Amino acid sequence: MDFTAPQSGFRQRKLHPNMRLRNSSVDGSDGSQLFEDTSGAGPGSQMGNRNKQAGPQADAFAGQTLLSDPMSNLAMVYGSSLASQGRDLVDRNLDRFIPISKLKYYFAVDTVYVGKKLGLLVFPYMHQNWEVNYQQDTPVAPRFDVNAPDLYIPAMGFITYVLVAGLALGTQNRFSPELLGVQASSAFVWLIMEVLAVLLSLYLVTVNTDLTTIDLLAFSGYKYVGMIVGVVAGLLFGKLAYYLSLLWCCAAIFVFMIRTLRLKLLSEAAAEGRLVRGTRNQLRMYLTMSIAAAQPIVMYWLTYHLVR
Amino acid sequence: MAFTLYTLIQTAILCTNAIAVLHEERFLSKIGWGVEQGVGGFGDDPGVKAQILNLIRSVRTVMRVPLIIVNSGCIVLLLLFG
Repeated sequence: MDFTAPQSGFRQRKLHPNMRLRNSSVDGSDGSQLFEDTSGAGPGSQMGNRNKQAGPQADAFAGQTLLSDPMSNLAMVYGSSLASQGRDLVDRNLDRFIPISKLKYYFAVDTVYVGKKLGLLVFPYMHQNWEVNYQQDTPVAPRFDVNAPDLYIPAMGFITYVLVAGLALGTQNRFSPELLGVQASSAFVWLIMEVLAVLLSLYLVTVNTDLTTIDLLAFSGYKYVGMIVGVVAGLLFGKLAYYLSLLWCCAAIFVFMIRTLRLKLLSEAAAEGRLVRGTRNQLRMYLTMSIAAAQPIVMYWLTYHLVR
Repeated sequence: MAFTLYTLIQTAILCTNAIAVLHEERFLSKIGWGVEQGVGGFGDDPGVKAQILNLIRSVRTVMRVPLIIVNSGCIVLLLLFG
């Protein structure tokens, strides 16, 4: 059990969430705590190292039974050790550019979480407690806390949006396979621009928050759910249904974003609803409102041309 | 509407160029956005204007040389491939 004092510094906290979650036992899942270990190879690097060390030996034994020639046996052992070295090198270098370990936290979801989160995205009015649970200074994995941001729903939503857009264009006889790529890159560029705009405004208003870039990416990706609902309703029931469902989903996303961002961006007092004067809190409130208001605008912009 | 990743790169290059051509003493000081106005308050709250000035100054300092390289590359590519 790793009960060392929480390390100082924001970056260190973010670098070690997997280690902490792996070492402490939560809910009795065996092996790694982020993912249940259903496959032979473990997801954590510790288990990966053990597997890699066992790998060449297992290959060596397999080689001995398959081929009795010692030279090919030697070649097989050498080849597998080269392969594991190469994999180590790639992992280490890739981890410098794309933080794979941080990304794994955002995909640690299960069906119950996805169901609850989708319900929350469409109907956030009854939910009372919007705080993210922390476990010794690191946020809990999404499968244990419905308020934690994840990347599974945005990723799946984006792909589904591209497919539904293709479907909608097909019903209007405007479809061609290149248009799928155009829709995908268009939506992706809008997503990137929105995340960059939010990052820029967060920098300008000097908000001390623990929202990472990936968190912002996750929050901006939640609007795809509403867009898909709107477009599917428009395809099935006509333009009026599209406008009504889009209106409902826009209002839902607006409330969802405000309630989620309020706890992260505003100071403690303002987040509890008390009226706190001062330009800083006012700026932060405006920032929260504009981030939330940008979502319905982009939702409408990306879908109105699909439903004619 | 047909945004591609290439247009994103183009936008980024153009915006960075636009920030890089803001001259310090000929333009920014004249409109009150010089470097001395940026380090005003010493409280814990720099304010939006100071943040913008800091951002402009740091972009100009950091991106000057890479922009030279990228712009030259863009010019050569556009001349060759249209």
